[in-house]
Amino acid sequence: MFVISVFLRQAALLPILFIFLLTSCGGEGPDNSDVSAVQVGGETGTEFAELQTLRVGNGVEPQTLDPHRAEGVPAANILRDLYEGLTIESPDGEIIPGVATRWETSEDGRTYTFYLREDARWSNGDPVTAADFVFGFQRSVDPETLSNYSSILEPVLNAAEIIEGVKPPEALGVKALNDFTLEISLIEPTPYLPGLLNHSTTYPVHRASVQKHGSQFARPGKLIGNGAYVLDEWAAQSHIKLIRNQYYWDDAKTIIDTVYFYPIENQDTELKRYRADELDITGDIPYPQLPWIRENLAAQLAISPYLGSYYFGFNVTRPPFENNANLRRALSLAIDREIIAEKVAGAGEIPAFGWVPPIQGYQQAVPEWADWSQSQRDAEALRLYREAGYSKDKPLTIEVLYNTSANHKRISVAIASMWKQKLGIQAKLLNQEWKVFLQTRRRMETTEVYRAGWIGDYNDAYSFAQLMHSANEMNHAGYVSTEYDALVDQAASEQDMVKRGELLTAAEQVLLEDMPIIPVYFYVSKHLVKPWVQGRQPNIMDHHYTKNLYILKH
Amino acid sequence: MLKFFVHRLLSAIPTLFILIGLAFCLIRVAPGGPFDGEKQLPPEIEANLRAAYHLDEPLYQQFGRYMLNLAQGDFGPSFQYRDFTVTELIGSGFPVSLQLGALAMILAVFFGVLAGSVAALRQNSATDYSVMATAMIGISVPNFVMAPLLILFFAVTLRWLPAGGLEGWRNLILPVVCLALPQIAYIARLTRGSMIEVLRSPFIRTARAQGLSMRRILFLHLLKPSLLPVISYLGPATAAVITGSVVIEQIFGLPGLGRFFVQGALNRDYTLVMGVVVFYGTLIIAFNFIVDVIYAWLDPRVRL
Repeated sequence: MFVISVFLRQAALLPILFIFLLTSCGGEGPDNSDVSAVQVGGETGTEFAELQTLRVGNGVEPQTLDPHRAEGVPAANILRDLYEGLTIESPDGEIIPGVATRWETSEDGRTYTFYLREDARWSNGDPVTAADFVFGFQRSVDPETLSNYSSILEPVLNAAEIIEGVKPPEALGVKALNDFTLEISLIEPTPYLPGLLNHSTTYPVHRASVQKHGSQFARPGKLIGNGAYVLDEWAAQSHIKLIRNQYYWDDAKTIIDTVYFYPIENQDTELKRYRADELDITGDIPYPQLPWIRENLAAQLAISPYLGSYYFGFNVTRPPFENNANLRRALSLAIDREIIAEKVAGAGEIPAFGWVPPIQGYQQAVPEWADWSQSQRDAEALRLYREAGYSKDKPLTIEVLYNTSANHKRISVAIASMWKQKLGIQAKLLNQEWKVFLQTRRRMETTEVYRAGWIGDYNDAYSFAQLMHSANEMNHAGYVSTEYDALVDQAASEQDMVKRGELLTAAEQVLLEDMPIIPVYFYVSKHLVKPWVQGRQPNIMDHHYTKNLYILKH
Repeated sequence: MLKFFVHRLLSAIPTLFILIGLAFCLIRVAPGGPFDGEKQLPPEIEANLRAAYHLDEPLYQQFGRYMLNLAQGDFGPSFQYRDFTVTELIGSGFPVSLQLGALAMILAVFFGVLAGSVAALRQNSATDYSVMATAMIGISVPNFVMAPLLILFFAVTLRWLPAGGLEGWRNLILPVVCLALPQIAYIARLTRGSMIEVLRSPFIRTARAQGLSMRRILFLHLLKPSLLPVISYLGPATAAVITGSVVIEQIFGLPGLGRFFVQGALNRDYTLVMGVVVFYGTLIIAFNFIVDVIYAWLDPRVRL
């Protein structure tokens, strides 16, 4: 009775609410944030703002600002400003010298020698030396550090054994030849190493302060970094404030004085704060608001390809998908990727026929059906589906698992309905909260079809190829192919870059034949950027250093 | 009186103990662990992490350790925010929630009593109907509808107030109003109802017959008895507003304790969730205790 009366009360109010909505939207008109009274950049269009403060929406609160224990994009965004690795990236994503001014590779590609700049300083004025990097690398792989991401360093000599606790951290293949020369020994030639050296697991840490403060060293007032900025305030769930590091070697060229990172999980909240001019850059964009944004803030929309694959996986360790490549192909072919990418996601995602996103210098594997029409694909899907022993009268019943999110739901519903319509498959959608989903997916006991996404850790096809290797614990399909494993392993030790690329392409081809996963689309990064924020360029890793940005008068 | 006091105090202890025990078990029963992430941890690291947070010990031992630390006022380190202790996080989040809740309650009592009195004194007039209709809207429109509308209007369109975050007192205006609106409405209805009843009672008639001015009657005779139901409502309402600002904190991006609690639950941050449960549990039990004691003092029948 109570529930009914509440319903009635609310129903009676709907017209009032509706009028309220109309008036509040009607009074608004076009967003006035892009029609400011003062022209951006003053009269010349290039005048700098007096107040060089940048305010960035940054997803969730980082777990820690200890570069070796941190994980996730929000933490990485802040750490790039606080620390500097041997290499950094230019605004368009090219790997350029960071603390290292140049580097050499040995004949066999297994030894790298880095020459460090002598003017690099910690934020307390101490010089940054090769020993700091050695300390950083060793701390990163030391299992006592409890790093979530140290396995990324496994190409380095002895790293894997140290992480397993078999060898001491001192055995790591990173040596200081002198104060400003660092040698990294690798198990296998790792052409992507320079790109890896701007990942936070490779950042140096200030030895004296780490030893003095222990696990508390990354707190404001204690954190000593070598990046362009230094930590000034950290108010949990409110903001992280960085100010310029006056000792930074390139500080003379830095323009922005202060940068605020705001943890904002709720994208609608973020959009409103952006529209109220409280943020200069958003961390993401709410999908449902995209049409409105395109209409009203189109010029501020920054969408560009992102190094990530959105896919669905089959659990190939259990029926019905175990040893049933034809059935897996049928399900993959029946998905109209253009519709998913353009109509369902709709931010500019790229339909994916292969597994590895477009990467410069990598030849993507293309399945034969990529240039078929969708009706051809559907016909082939139906043929394979029938061949696998299913039909309208005897439909396949499956469960599709995804983690709770409006966007994943829309895409899963679209795919399930394509399967239903074209093949008659009875797909049951099951969503689970993130942590539960991770556990279910990892156990591979009940999953049949699951949603997944993979963002490359470094800009190289290998970051994707290794994921489906049978030894990778992230291979939640349970896919085991000796042919695939052999090709990926061969690529890892190949010195000839052309041959290496060919091997990786061949591996991808094998994967697409076996189809343990269904690539759906390649990600795009999505942000809103105020017109006065300059110096920002799109890049596939979506890495942006605050020191490259500046703010125009507005 | 003293016996009652001691009795109530002693009975609060097992309540708290059961609360802690339940929360301790429930958070661990929830599927997915604090160290599950997109990237899977190497087994060695995971084992070290579990050892560092004592998750490798048997459950009773973990509980014993937790209770022992708790007795010393130590909530332990946060699993998720690795550089913070739970005590620090509660210390930074609670003042925000408290401020929000307290301001909202002050606002609610002031405007609620005002609106309710006006409506009662002009019973069945146009004023009465419009006040009560507005109150109905206040009760019925949920926070998560009201808050975005207010943000859109006052922050995005008019630009009078900030849309979110916490940088100064201006950031508190919208969230406080959002939190207070349903309470204003509720208090207004309570006040009106009880005031109408009191207005009909013989002593008011007597006061009127004696020729006292309406203002005198209102402040000296009417207001006090009319407010009794409001006062008994205030205890639970204050606790509810302080602990229940989760949605508002989320929408306005405020660093309150409610937001820590929700994030903690999602992240399976065992210690943070436990810490907030214990803290709020103690708070609510204390509130109830105080109310009980005041009641007992006011009304001797309760003491029996």
